[in-house]
Amino acid sequence: MTESVQDQLRRLMDGVGPGEDATPDMLELTGIVKRYGDFVAVDGIDLRVPRGEIFGFLGPNGAGKTTTIRMIAGVLEPTEGSVVIGGNDLATHPVEAKSRIGYIPDRPFLYEKLSGGEFLRFVSGLWGKDEPASEDRADGLLEIFNLLEWKHELIETYSHGMRQKLLITSALIHQPELIVIDEPMVGLDPRSARILKDLFRVYVERGGTVFLSSHTLEVVEAVCDRIAIIKEGAIIAKGTMDDLRTLVDSGGADLEEIFLKVTGNEDMAEVVAGLQDSSF
Amino acid sequence: MNGITYTGAGVLRLLGPKVRSKLNRNKTDERRRFKWGLLVFVGLFFWTFIFGVIFRMLLYFRGTQGIGDLLAAKLLGLALLTFLMILLLSNVITALSTFFLSQDMELLVAAPVDSVKLYGARLVETIVDSSWMVALLAIPLLVAYGVVYGASWPFYGLAVATIIPYLVLPAVVGSAFTLMLVNVFPARRTRDLLALIGLFAAAGVVVLFRFLRPERLVSPDQFRDLVDFMAVLRTPTSPWLPSEWAAQSLMSYLTGGFDPFPLALLWSTAAAFFVIGAWLHVRLFRTGFTRAQEGAELRKGEARSRWLERLIRAAPATRQLVAKEIRVFFRDTTQWSQLILLAVLVVVYVYNIKVLPLYTGEEVSFFLINVVSFLNLGLAGFVVAAIAARFVFPGMSLEGRMMWLLRSSPLDIRTLFLAKYWVGTIPLLLIALPLIVVTNIILQASPLILGITTVTMVGVTFAITALALGLGALFPNYETDNMAEIPTSFGGLIFMMCAVSYLVVVVILLAWPVNGFLQARLADPSGGAAVTPLLLGTGGALLITVACVVVPLRAGIRRVRSLQ
Repeated sequence: MTESVQDQLRRLMDGVGPGEDATPDMLELTGIVKRYGDFVAVDGIDLRVPRGEIFGFLGPNGAGKTTTIRMIAGVLEPTEGSVVIGGNDLATHPVEAKSRIGYIPDRPFLYEKLSGGEFLRFVSGLWGKDEPASEDRADGLLEIFNLLEWKHELIETYSHGMRQKLLITSALIHQPELIVIDEPMVGLDPRSARILKDLFRVYVERGGTVFLSSHTLEVVEAVCDRIAIIKEGAIIAKGTMDDLRTLVDSGGADLEEIFLKVTGNEDMAEVVAGLQDSSF
Repeated sequence: MNGITYTGAGVLRLLGPKVRSKLNRNKTDERRRFKWGLLVFVGLFFWTFIFGVIFRMLLYFRGTQGIGDLLAAKLLGLALLTFLMILLLSNVITALSTFFLSQDMELLVAAPVDSVKLYGARLVETIVDSSWMVALLAIPLLVAYGVVYGASWPFYGLAVATIIPYLVLPAVVGSAFTLMLVNVFPARRTRDLLALIGLFAAAGVVVLFRFLRPERLVSPDQFRDLVDFMAVLRTPTSPWLPSEWAAQSLMSYLTGGFDPFPLALLWSTAAAFFVIGAWLHVRLFRTGFTRAQEGAELRKGEARSRWLERLIRAAPATRQLVAKEIRVFFRDTTQWSQLILLAVLVVVYVYNIKVLPLYTGEEVSFFLINVVSFLNLGLAGFVVAAIAARFVFPGMSLEGRMMWLLRSSPLDIRTLFLAKYWVGTIPLLLIALPLIVVTNIILQASPLILGITTVTMVGVTFAITALALGLGALFPNYETDNMAEIPTSFGGLIFMMCAVSYLVVVVILLAWPVNGFLQARLADPSGGAAVTPLLLGTGGALLITVACVVVPLRAGIRRVRSLQ
């Protein structure tokens, strides 16, 4: 079954990938800072994400993950620094930069009174692509997610997971070069979570790039090529899983251990280990 | 069973979060001093105006020998009856959201709260939400009565004691009506439900006018003689209506022989109705609430029609934006149900024009017809502004929570604005133009006046829509889940003030030179009347209109672009 889903995904992802004007780096953050009055939410992040990579963005609650993601998506303007998407600076060429992105926020508000299909056409329209090809792609993705029979129902009748699947679909129909996604697995059932992982893989195989933030460390560990850990608005660790293991000086550490160590919560690791050992 | 003696939260505790949210919002608002200052200023202005009008009327009534007090009592009864009708309608609609659609209801229903206390708390909320405007209107009215009759302070205490049960009664009746409707209609058929309420509202307005017969009061010459007139004045509008009891209670005090019976009647009826309302609530609320929770009917895969998108010939983004606006509007009952209020507003307006005692046999002065025509232009403009406040002003606020999508897409905010602008302007034109033409025909205005006012109305509609959309973006309310709250916000007030000022300026700029021109033509049909003032006036009005279209739209676009 997984095989056929992957084939379907490959067919749907046809045409994804860099155009002729492609730059090697898909995403380039240079010294981005976000201040709210005196409070510094993001404090000078520098980051390059090459094309064809799944990049994971981790951090404790309130570390500045969502703020960073919203700046990448063009929803927030950084106080300082620049965000460059596929060679286009978001500040100076917003339309070109944004047309390369598909953004999936964490628990967003949706137009409750539109049907799923109408919402997808609306989103395609915003990207200037409300054409039959987009609709076919949308139908294909909805089918994979078991959502096709719900296409004509109003979004207000959707469950949380169904909304998440609709959003993922909406971010893919205009064939972006970069998917920016905040907490991708929230609300998804195991089957859909598996499909999403496959989808990410196929998407980067075809030249797409994924920037995701998550608290589900197993997912990040399993899916991401490189990982950055952010704390108090600054990146404190960055690299592949092996790089991170070297960093914390522990050969066999899993991401959870690494995360707790670098974010300064080692004692938490012991608590977790204690809980796992106890006879619950 | 396990020794828990939890008695549940009281009414005050249930109301707490609402009051606290309002206070907190106010505390964090940096512009609050300015806002409150302006609100107080505007409030005082309106109060003074209403007080002035009522005061003059009462002085005039007192001057007429014999029937002065009767006329004053009649006027009070009519005002209170109008209030009662407005309160009933507004309570029916408010109760639907406070009791059934409000998002915190789920939490409260799940909590161990006594249903009578919940009823009490929600009733208080319904009364406050639906009645604050009427209560504010009542203050200058009653003060004018107190001042003209030289009443001392106990009168104002009596007024408060009269008004409180007077507000409770329609709230209990209105929410009980809503409760029963929600129970009768299957699932979430609020749409049908509100259509029904609309029918009742329209019927209510007709009944109200049958009761009022205001034209008989202003033209005593239609009665055979004074005795006939007196007889009409003496009969109460209807002895069964609480408005009559309230009027009697207050008038009896003012005219010297205070009669406590009507007041006792008001309080005891309010108390009895509260008990009945609470009983109905305990009996019917759970079923009604459950029904209100049931989702919309599923279509089981049946496709939705796409004629809307096929109809709109525009770039993809604009096409989808316009289609979205129209769909969301018609599928959202809290939005389109306000069309009912709009229909009532228009009916009342046209009716008022129709009963204007302009043509009562004698020759009407040429000047008066002109004045009334331009006044009509201003008032029709006001109707358009009131509609725009309801439907266009909240536009950008409602988009606030979708900004994540709109801003992350390559869409230019300008396109969003223009789509909203056209979706607002065209329906408003469809209302404004028939309104101005019909009222002009009723007024028997000359073709020239008809032409001038109709063309002006087009400009006015364009300007008012732009003001509503632009100011709605400059003073947004992104937090509320209740769209009806947005027009009554501070920004809504600013919009209405701007719209009214704009209308006054345009009407004055046009009416003066047009009247002068027509007078000169009348005096000397062959001679050339001075055209310069006419050109200056029209030019000025045109200039202001263009400014009112361009400036707010630009400012709004800039604001949304810089939004974080």
